[in-house]
Amino acid sequence: MSLRIGIDVGGTNTDAVVLDGRRVVASTKSPTTEDVTIGIRAALTEVLADVDPADIGSVFIGTTHFINAIAQARGLERVALVRLATPPQSLLPMIDWPDRLRGVVGDDVHIVAGGAQFDGAPLSEVDVEGLRDVARKIGESGVRHIALSSVFSPVNPEPELLAERVLAEELPDVSITRSTLVGRVGLLERENATILNASLLELASRVIDGLEQVVASTGIEAPILLSQNDGTVMTLERARLYPIFTIASGPTNSMRGAALLTGIEDAVVVDVGGTTADIGLLQSGFPRESTVALSLAGVRSNFRIPDVLSLAIGGGTVIADDGGTVGPESVGFRITEQARVFGGEVLTFSDVAVRAGADPMGDPALVADVPDATVAQALRIVGERVIHAVEKAKLSADDTPVVVVGGGGPLLRVVPGLEDLVVPEHAGIANAVGAAFAEAGGEVDRIYDLSGTTRAEVLEQAKAEATALAVESGADEALVRIVDADDVPLTHLGGGSAVRVRVKAAGPFAHQPATTPEGN
Amino acid sequence: MRTIDEEALNDITLGSTILGSGGGGDPYVGMLLARDAIRRFGPVSLVDIEEVPDDANVVFIAGIGAPGVLIEKLPRAVEYERVLDELERFTGVTYEYVCPIEAGGLNAVTPFATAAARNLPVIDADGMGRAFPHLEMVTPTLYGGSATPMVMIDEHGNTMFLESATNSWAEAYARAAVLASGANAASALYPMSGRQAKEWLVRGALSMAQDIGRTIREAREAHVSPVHAVLEKQSGVLLFTGKVEEVERRNERGWTIGTAHLSGIDGDVGHTMTVHFQNENLAAKRDGEVVASSPDLIMAMEIDTGEPIPAEEIRYGYRVAVIGLPADPHWRTEAGIELSGPRRFGYDIDYRPVEDAVALT
Repeated sequence: MSLRIGIDVGGTNTDAVVLDGRRVVASTKSPTTEDVTIGIRAALTEVLADVDPADIGSVFIGTTHFINAIAQARGLERVALVRLATPPQSLLPMIDWPDRLRGVVGDDVHIVAGGAQFDGAPLSEVDVEGLRDVARKIGESGVRHIALSSVFSPVNPEPELLAERVLAEELPDVSITRSTLVGRVGLLERENATILNASLLELASRVIDGLEQVVASTGIEAPILLSQNDGTVMTLERARLYPIFTIASGPTNSMRGAALLTGIEDAVVVDVGGTTADIGLLQSGFPRESTVALSLAGVRSNFRIPDVLSLAIGGGTVIADDGGTVGPESVGFRITEQARVFGGEVLTFSDVAVRAGADPMGDPALVADVPDATVAQALRIVGERVIHAVEKAKLSADDTPVVVVGGGGPLLRVVPGLEDLVVPEHAGIANAVGAAFAEAGGEVDRIYDLSGTTRAEVLEQAKAEATALAVESGADEALVRIVDADDVPLTHLGGGSAVRVRVKAAGPFAHQPATTPEGN
Repeated sequence: MRTIDEEALNDITLGSTILGSGGGGDPYVGMLLARDAIRRFGPVSLVDIEEVPDDANVVFIAGIGAPGVLIEKLPRAVEYERVLDELERFTGVTYEYVCPIEAGGLNAVTPFATAAARNLPVIDADGMGRAFPHLEMVTPTLYGGSATPMVMIDEHGNTMFLESATNSWAEAYARAAVLASGANAASALYPMSGRQAKEWLVRGALSMAQDIGRTIREAREAHVSPVHAVLEKQSGVLLFTGKVEEVERRNERGWTIGTAHLSGIDGDVGHTMTVHFQNENLAAKRDGEVVASSPDLIMAMEIDTGEPIPAEEIRYGYRVAVIGLPADPHWRTEAGIELSGPRRFGYDIDYRPVEDAVALT
């Protein structure tokens, strides 16, 4: 029971690694399939060839499947949004969404009187009859998922809870995602996350069923954990309800993987996949987080997620015949059919890199006729873009090392100007390694009465409690730390008698996770 | 006269965050409100103050409340559409022009919601050239202009008509009322004539916001430093480049009060800066010595992206350039400094023009 498996399900490849501590026992990379479980089964079968499944103590899975679904607006369900506020509202939910995504998720918005003031006092009484009318309309429309929000629900969740009960009574078979459980203060951003979560539920259910079946079919009986945005894990039971918390786990896993594979804690990390190169900064072994409101596939969010710059440069990126245009189109996971080195018709970044002497793949003879001028021109453009992005990711003009990971990472070795890159052994499976070292977390989210105490005291108390919860979930006591702390005064105009505190602690697993570590 | 479309609105919104000097509320919500109005009623005209007849009736339109509330209890178009009708009902005067009270933050664009619905032009001016937390801290106060008669309405159906003895009293009454209503209300205030507007207001304030926004956008597109582009374009001063080490912040009487502590990077290694804020950034000290103070503008911008970081959001780990921009000449007078200088906010320091900091750094 001493080994752990890390699996990364990306848009192009599914990678798996078996680790004994930090030692790579077996690893593989296989194409992601339309039904992701086929690719996972193939990857698991390969890495388990010489490993006894009974020796596996835990399975860690990271996936970009859900963010890809949002970015491509596929696999999403229609959602009805119910907002408790004072009607009529002007800034409606989904107001700033890309049209394509809104077209898929729908424009089914209902405003019902309710909500709270900033201090938790009722904004107006919840219109229960109005809610029943809305429920009837939703029932008739056939929409199966509701996203429910309420003004200042992070301060006073009662109106949202009441509405949930009423809607559930009327529509027992419809799922309800409550905004308070998904986001924080900032109504539009919280609703965005809530709607996306509701929209992903059926896809999440299918994918997680598949994950469970495919892992069980290999004879592994260990707990399965899914990576979250913040580098901690959650159980599959929780992931079924909150798939939104996995959507930014990809960059976190690749950057953590880069640190684990190289032992370098401060670096610019370039993760080259099939379609994009994602560039971010690693500080003390963890990704630098974004400082501004972030867009997830065009939707504004207030999650704390790694600050990553994406370039349209990957192994499958399409190159014009004269080398003068690089991307943004990519053949993606069809690279093994369509790229020239694999006998296809499309000239890709992989083809020009192999022609320039990168580690061979496919049949290098098939690209021997690509003109030198095309290769030089394409590589010059790639070099300029990557160097510029790396300079931007650095915080100062020092000699921060640049670590390259990802399936397409080794291709960058032949790019002029990028000769000093660190390309670790197993670079191609950094995401899977990062996933396997996701952490145990503990979170406190509670309203504290400030009479007889101070904000600083309750913050310390919450931090101690979150730390204890993380340790209980399996985090190493010596290494656990606070990763997020946020407090909202509940009477910020005239006094200050209560405060809502959210604190999250995380740390590496001290030993194999028990059956149900809670990463919430 | 020119027309404000969605691109212009986006630039004004970004630039108004810089003019917010750390406060003024997140203009994103205001932009959405104005954009919604423009989409429903069509583009809004922006007129130069010289185009306004002397005998025209002009009024400020502003949201009043707490920035942390507006992102949750969102402003509604109906209040901005109705607020001017209510003032007209109260005063019996018809207003032909609306104008922002502050070009910094959310209120740079809230008048567009009223203007679009009523088909009125917006004047390219404001009463601050930045953002301030009190409604008496406007240039008309320096010339004897009165905040009242004013009207304030909220989403609960309450309307308050106010006549006050002084503009400070108007602030006190409006603050109490907005607190009672849940910290988000729309108001029409400082009715004035076209002639008074020309004498009292900060000219071209919205154009300045738009210029700053465009400068940042174009710098990003050209992959050059937005911070340096803004400094060059607006005769600003780079006060400090550093990393936020600690932020002390408390909420008191409706204001976000505190200090951000920075340690230097790049050219400022070995030095420290503190930025002191009460909603807006009001003073900056380098190694303990004041280098900028209100009414000059002090703003933190994220080093790489040039994203303005408000005082509500600044936190540990941010890497920022702290910049200073000179206040409008209206403020750089004895009366102006008395109304909006550091002592007005309880800091025991003398105002010194931000340009003087150049000699220090």
